[in-house]
Amino acid sequence: MKFIDEYRDPDLARKYVREIERVAKGSWNIMEVCGGQTHAIVRYGIDSALPRGVTLLHGPGCPVCVTPVETIDKALELASHDNVTFCSFGDMLRVPGSTKDLLSVRAEGGDVRIVYSPLDSLKIARENPDREVVFFGIGFETTAPTTAMTVLQAKRFGLSNFSVLTALVLIPPAIESILDSPLTRVNAFLAPGHVCTVTGFREYERLSEKYGVPIVVTGFEAVDLLQGILMSLRQLENSEARTENQYGRAVQIDGNTAARKLMDDVFEVIDRKWRGFGTIPSSGYGLSGDYSEFDAEKRFGLTDRVAEESTECISAQILQGIKKPSDCPAFGVTCTPEKPLGATMVSNEGACNAYYRYRSRAKSKSTLGKGGEK
Amino acid sequence: MKRDSGWPECPIPKSDCENILLAHGSGGRMMHQLIDRIFVEAFGTAELREAHDGAVLQPGSKRIAFTTDSYVVDPIFFPGGDIGTLAVNGTVNDLAMCGARPMYLSTGFIIEEGLAVEDLWRVAKSMRDSADSAGIRIVTGDTKVVERGKCDKLFINSAGVGVVEHDLDIGPSSIRTGDKIIINGDIGRHGIAVMSEREGLSFQSDIESDCAPLAKAVLRMLDAGIEVHCLRDLTRGGLATSLVEISQTSGYNLRLNESSIPVRDDVRGACEFLGLDPMYVANEGRFVTFVPGDNSDEAMEIINSESPDTSSSVIGSVGEKSGALVLIQSIIGAERIVEMLSGEQLPRIC
Repeated sequence: MKFIDEYRDPDLARKYVREIERVAKGSWNIMEVCGGQTHAIVRYGIDSALPRGVTLLHGPGCPVCVTPVETIDKALELASHDNVTFCSFGDMLRVPGSTKDLLSVRAEGGDVRIVYSPLDSLKIARENPDREVVFFGIGFETTAPTTAMTVLQAKRFGLSNFSVLTALVLIPPAIESILDSPLTRVNAFLAPGHVCTVTGFREYERLSEKYGVPIVVTGFEAVDLLQGILMSLRQLENSEARTENQYGRAVQIDGNTAARKLMDDVFEVIDRKWRGFGTIPSSGYGLSGDYSEFDAEKRFGLTDRVAEESTECISAQILQGIKKPSDCPAFGVTCTPEKPLGATMVSNEGACNAYYRYRSRAKSKSTLGKGGEK
Repeated sequence: MKRDSGWPECPIPKSDCENILLAHGSGGRMMHQLIDRIFVEAFGTAELREAHDGAVLQPGSKRIAFTTDSYVVDPIFFPGGDIGTLAVNGTVNDLAMCGARPMYLSTGFIIEEGLAVEDLWRVAKSMRDSADSAGIRIVTGDTKVVERGKCDKLFINSAGVGVVEHDLDIGPSSIRTGDKIIINGDIGRHGIAVMSEREGLSFQSDIESDCAPLAKAVLRMLDAGIEVHCLRDLTRGGLATSLVEISQTSGYNLRLNESSIPVRDDVRGACEFLGLDPMYVANEGRFVTFVPGDNSDEAMEIINSESPDTSSSVIGSVGEKSGALVLIQSIIGAERIVEMLSGEQLPRIC
């Protein structure tokens, strides 16, 4: 298949592994930001093919994982309403809130539907004018444009039975939060290719400059990831700190300007709580004043709440790259994909889920690299 | 704790799951837990514990195979088949996986009020065609009509009986280190064909279900004297789940080579697009055969002559008896484990 097979070429992949072995001299921790990248790394065993000194840390780029329990609880409350049809992307259905998940709400009779695109939920709203249709708007800058388009169209059609529970989050503030933490071990980042397809990477250049950290915008196939790792290592070994673009076949420096304009129009940047991080300033999108009539929280009068997270679960440290899934005593014992303690075990893109699916649970504990001198 | 009736409490604690979820029926780990803890526990028959596609029984001088399956596919017509072809072929294939010659089939229809009679006629005709081509006779049946909303258009249950004419013990316990694992064709077509027709998933494709009867290929292998150790048809849960079942029942590790698992380009494309792994996508005309290495060429020749639209491949072999893991070699040479489908395979966000 074109644009896929080239990037899964075993010979080329092995060539990159050899080049990485030749270049890497120091001890470095590189964080892949996106959960899709984590999934591919573990699936292909890329981390185990790297030299001893190079450690991959798994970042916060899994939208399912960073959506706070409080937001899930709000979703559960809305989905349980008799008059609500609750539409969501598939992987949110299994994420546990304080007491249950959306799949259980559906089993109890709630009208919970999986949609592939937010626009599908708009269609449901138009076909069912007597029902309140709520779309669960979660994700990063990748899903934000279609959510924005959906809200825009809802306004154009004058739909009064459609609203969005927004939990959209932004990647650069999360990277900044990791770099600001005194516990951080990250020496370089593989930035999420799909997010940058929309946003471009000027903001990442600012981060490279401010924190002196190499960032490589990277794709999702084996060869992409190996090439991104190699580009990061070259910078680290040469004491450079730039933002480079490995994913040139999809990403341009200014991203998708039409999508960005649409997002600027429909959303405003707000503070948002992240699971595992707490509240990060200016790290999310909420609906802007012109579109606030589509805000599900306002429409249904939802109030802020505080939810307790499992004390056993270390997903907070995992999402920040401080620990790995194999460091968790609950991993694979009391925490499994059927009974997850935290969101990193739920989502396909969560690091714990990827380890559980692709790694032997008997494997010895991981040891984090010591990190470089930076 | 015993109740007055003498029955123990429900073996699935309420804290695990209070209600049945769709995931309990998706062919993965939750369904296995449900079957083990509820049905095997309650019924207690030795045949059920073998967790095979059907039961092999000996009521008299001959061995017979007996199996049942229910069909609830939505939509009832899809590219490459319909609920009727599934209801015949699915049950025929379960018999075939016991190495049995399919003989008789029962069918039970649960029909929703309002179904077009023309649709029922179409389904009945395709059942007849499928039965004829699989060499099985539909000999008894039952019909129920329920109120609108009590079922979705049409559900069919079928049960099949076949005769076992060989002396082999076909099943996971017969596999041995060094056995080759053969698949009869490319994977994932049925699941994608059905998904492409589902409401809300409007992508166009020319992918047709692989729905097909498998008995002829199996019987010809047995007639040719091939020492078949294990057979398994791949349905819900896909190739991955079937292999994990075999590995866990037998205790052997299974080693697969990722690049040798056939997936058609259009199926791969749809899977990439939908965020699905073809290893877990449903099939209705695919099976794996475990045979000793020196039998594999002949087995593949027979399988290929029975399935003209695809070709078989050796996808791996049986490793040592320890760990009971399915291991797959990735394109960069690293090894990872293959797990059973956990819950429903849900579409990813991005």
